[in-house]
Amino acid sequence: MKNTSSRQHANAPATASGLPLVCWFEECRKDAVELVGGKCSSLGELINAGVRVPPGFALTTEGYRRFMSEAGIDREVRALLAGADPGNLDKLELASSQIRELIESHPFSHEIEDLVAESYRKLSVRSCLPAVPVAVRSSATAEDLPGASFAGQQDTYLWIRGADEVLHHMRRCVSSLYTARAIAYRIGQGYHDDQVAISVGVQKMANSFTAGVMFTLHPGNGDRSVIVIDANYGFGESVVSGEVTPDNFVVNKITLDILQRTISQKEIYYTVDQATQVSRPIEVPLERQKVQSLMDDEVCELAWMGKEIEKHYGRPMDIEWAVDKDLPFGGNIFILQARPETVWSQKQQSPAAKPGTSAMDYILSSMLQGKRLA
Amino acid sequence: MKFPKPHDVKTIPGTEGWERMYPYQYQFVTDDPERHQYEEQAFWFYDGLHYPEAIYPFDTIWDEAWYLGLSQFNNRIFQVPPVRGVDHRIINGYVYISPVPVLDPEEVASRVPNFMERAGFYYQNWNELEAKWEVKMRALIKQIEDLPISRLPDLEELDVVLSGMGESKGFHLLRTYDELINLGIQCWQYHFEFLNLGYAAYVFFLDFVQKLFPSAPLQRVTQMIAGIDVIMYRSDQELKTLAKKAIELGVDEVLTGCKHWREAEPELKALANGQKWLAELEIARYPWFHVSTGTGWSHVDKSWNDDLNIPFLGISSYIEQLRQGTDIERPLEKVRAERDRITQEYRSLIASEDDKQTFDNLLATAKTVFPYVENHMFYVEHWFHTVFWKKMREVAAIMHEHGLIEEVEDIWYLRRDEIKQGLWDLVTAWATGVKPRGAKVWPPEIAWRKGVMEKFQAWSPPPAVGTAPEVINEPFTIVLWGVTNSSIADWSQVQEVTDPDSITTLKGFAGSPGIVTGRARVCRSVEDISQLEEGEVLVAPTTSPSWAPIFSKIKAVVTDVGGVMSHAAIVCREYGLPAVVGTGHGTKVIKTGMMLRVDGSSGVITIDR
Repeated sequence: MKNTSSRQHANAPATASGLPLVCWFEECRKDAVELVGGKCSSLGELINAGVRVPPGFALTTEGYRRFMSEAGIDREVRALLAGADPGNLDKLELASSQIRELIESHPFSHEIEDLVAESYRKLSVRSCLPAVPVAVRSSATAEDLPGASFAGQQDTYLWIRGADEVLHHMRRCVSSLYTARAIAYRIGQGYHDDQVAISVGVQKMANSFTAGVMFTLHPGNGDRSVIVIDANYGFGESVVSGEVTPDNFVVNKITLDILQRTISQKEIYYTVDQATQVSRPIEVPLERQKVQSLMDDEVCELAWMGKEIEKHYGRPMDIEWAVDKDLPFGGNIFILQARPETVWSQKQQSPAAKPGTSAMDYILSSMLQGKRLA
Repeated sequence: MKFPKPHDVKTIPGTEGWERMYPYQYQFVTDDPERHQYEEQAFWFYDGLHYPEAIYPFDTIWDEAWYLGLSQFNNRIFQVPPVRGVDHRIINGYVYISPVPVLDPEEVASRVPNFMERAGFYYQNWNELEAKWEVKMRALIKQIEDLPISRLPDLEELDVVLSGMGESKGFHLLRTYDELINLGIQCWQYHFEFLNLGYAAYVFFLDFVQKLFPSAPLQRVTQMIAGIDVIMYRSDQELKTLAKKAIELGVDEVLTGCKHWREAEPELKALANGQKWLAELEIARYPWFHVSTGTGWSHVDKSWNDDLNIPFLGISSYIEQLRQGTDIERPLEKVRAERDRITQEYRSLIASEDDKQTFDNLLATAKTVFPYVENHMFYVEHWFHTVFWKKMREVAAIMHEHGLIEEVEDIWYLRRDEIKQGLWDLVTAWATGVKPRGAKVWPPEIAWRKGVMEKFQAWSPPPAVGTAPEVINEPFTIVLWGVTNSSIADWSQVQEVTDPDSITTLKGFAGSPGIVTGRARVCRSVEDISQLEEGEVLVAPTTSPSWAPIFSKIKAVVTDVGGVMSHAAIVCREYGLPAVVGTGHGTKVIKTGMMLRVDGSSGVITIDR
């Protein structure tokens, strides 16, 4: 990623500079990482693969650069970081907070503000809501590359409503590129700051009744013939963070039938506080704690989506999903995020039998081994 | 895991002396210290798969036949390296078996070259040898079908003198009985010629796939070998053909208008087209109606040819379905397409090219052995056994005629060597012109044995006795009885429930995937299937090809006995019905009318009480 360039992007609509400042997810494909970061390009890829994803748009890295240069922030940043020593954390912290303050307090240009506000309005119209609640999150250009998490903190702000709030949180995401740790890492790795860029995604919040994660292999043993789903009520946070033992479903990937259901006692779930518009944990009513949080039909549909996503990417995937409570079954399951599974995929798997094993050899060696009872 | 010592299992009060009903080597002993110690240290599990009920003294013949057949092929012919044979015992009328391991690693190693050479020869020449097998088997069946069992005349026919034969019907009866028994044992020699090798190829293919995909359900792996034409479906196919023929000839109304074959047969005979149809039936029934309504292992299991009302009901049911426009043919194309899809998808998920190659090798071998694994049952357990039981009843009729037994069906309470003794008694008394001694010996003994058998049937055998080993290498034990830690634990759990009315969930093998809810219909035998209503869940001890006509009517199947390879599981997978097999006690716990939730993917049945 050291030679991040301003290569022309085929799918994005051209602007005066040749690259868009803001674009819709569906206009991005997986090769748009340099323009909209890993997260947003992957969402665009999913939409184009026919997977149901909550709609949204992104401030592109071009938009980010325009913002930084138009206001002269980039020059100030360079000055603040001149001669920075990655060993001196105190000084870095100071520089970081100055830079972040600078970014967050500076308005976008009218051009960008108008583009974002217009996209937000269109998104609200598409969602049939007056001011659609959205998630605003940074989408780094290198986050999915193993061992290259130099983007630093990945900020996510949920339940944001109104164009001004959206713009404000977009700047907060941009500033997350300049945490002390991220700066230190970049200096240590020899990256020049010109090579660093960030994109910000704005996506309709799924008003999830149930949410969770899905692996297109068995996380326990790497078995690629199954899809494993963890689910709890509310947002996926409780599942991702491990705060509850979720319901667990093992689905046969080939035949899409449920092999195993484990219904757990789910004590809390996350939902949005309507007054403060932030997500917070709430106790699950006792009578619902041991009730299956995802219906069998939904499990199977979700697994089908997982299988399609894996087929599209050609590798096992780690997926976040949600069931929207405002929509009826048949169109209510959404994929929020999909990234390559990394644990089992990077493991060197030894073959189950020696190369060139004949049936006879295998039968004999299996007989000699027998079946362990103890 | 703790199991009772075999010698500590108590005799049921009132059955003291039951041991004499079975061969003496089947007893657990205390008077022989060496044997006693061996018995205590071995692991014996109850063979509920073959004997869901206590075994009748005569029916022990098939147990002895497979005791010999399996063990000799394992140990003396092919030399399966880590295991000798499978030993047998009987406790309170129930058969317990124990695989005998080869413990010395050097001895195991020394057996390997023999096994590779001998078993290898069979695997390499499988199709040729199997073709030979079929010729042998058909010749054997012809022999038993031709075996004359004639009553003893007051005066031998003149021809005995004129032809200078020099032999009597009395001697012939003794000789024929011996031949009948020998043919039975010989048939079971052939039964095992391929079976263990077949199972080994099959089970280790399943094992390999599960090694690659630990969560792959067995039922899905067996689907990779589905859709191969095996004769298991042939009898059912004949019923379908006869149903179509009846419509074609315009005699279908006669068949569906009658409640019983007794009424239908004379009506058909009175019609020209009816006679044509009956001629078709005659062609079809030999041998395809030699199909048992049970496993064929017990004399109780009737065949279609013993009671034509059973196929009659099947034909009538098919006629009704044809009239409603239902497609009654096996969905073979669909089965094959699904088989190929499943195989391809699993194969594409295999990471290494080497493993793909091994997968292909093992799948090809499993497909080669599969027809034998399925087809041998028709020849042995269905066709041969049907003829055998019929011939034995002819012998019994002669004993009954001479007063040795009070009813024909009493013969099953005697060991086969006791029958030989009785026949000696009978023919010498007949020759001499006096009364046989047995007329006063056997009836009271049989009356006592009937009481003993009743007490045996009411007793619940422990799932296992003795000392559990750490490793099981015997392919049969693994594939047929699914002996694992968890299966043994499941068996013992059901055993521990004293009140069957309190059970709300039952576990078995996941035989065929899917979940349905429906009303239970308990059918203890194939005669009960006429009560089945559309959309019910069939609960049966086991099913066999003769149950086939009902599968298009029901929602799911639950059986007491059987694994993923059992008839019920295989047929349900074809018809897309959920099945839970091998529940152990399904027919005892479930009552007709109960609402059941059958989960054929996880093998759990929930009873809504």
